[in-house]
Amino acid sequence: MGKNLVGNHIRKLRFNHDEMTQQQLADKVGVTRQTIVALEKGNYSPSLELAFRIANAFNLPLEGVFFYGDNTRQ
Amino acid sequence: MIYQEKKSIVSLISTIIIFGAYCAYMYPQYPDGVQESTETFRFWGSFVLILTLVSIVAHIVNSIAFNIVFRITTGEKEPSFADEMDKIIELRSFRNSFFVFVLGFLLAMGSLVIEQPLQVMFVILIISGFISDVTGSVTKLYHYRKGV
Repeated sequence: MGKNLVGNHIRKLRFNHDEMTQQQLADKVGVTRQTIVALEKGNYSPSLELAFRIANAFNLPLEGVFFYGDNTRQ
Repeated sequence: MIYQEKKSIVSLISTIIIFGAYCAYMYPQYPDGVQESTETFRFWGSFVLILTLVSIVAHIVNSIAFNIVFRITTGEKEPSFADEMDKIIELRSFRNSFFVFVLGFLLAMGSLVIEQPLQVMFVILIISGFISDVTGSVTKLYHYRKGV
């Protein structure tokens, strides 16, 4: 299974948002903690709906949380 | 290791143990004498029926026991619902498992076409059921570990 090309800054953003736990974020966006773990490890690309819900949870646009391609572009 | 990975491993191990133990228990009871007698058909019929029942009960007991042990050892609650990632993995697991079973089913029917004894057909069907179960658990484990 190749690595997903959709990357994210979820881990960093959680830390910047009062050190929000994975469980707190999961509850906020309506998924299990295991899915947040998979997202942070780059093992799962979320659906568009979930991506928007996560971005809303951090009050950021989609591009503020997710990026496409190599991390070095950021 | 996350909850689903542990659960897949436990499911895989229990499937192998249950199937192995059940086959070891039933093997000596195979009727001697005429290969395609009513007694032989009765044996295979009861083999499949009892195996199905034993597997269902064992999976339920296993699941309850696993959740209790998981909660005690990690202090975490098991996920109360399946989200989009779980559903995708469940679908892929079902697809692979179904594919293996259908392949086994076709092989079993093929064995009849090439005039193999009936017990060959039963053995292929039972083994394909077992392998499809294992395939389902392995697929889940793979996708939870490597991503989807």
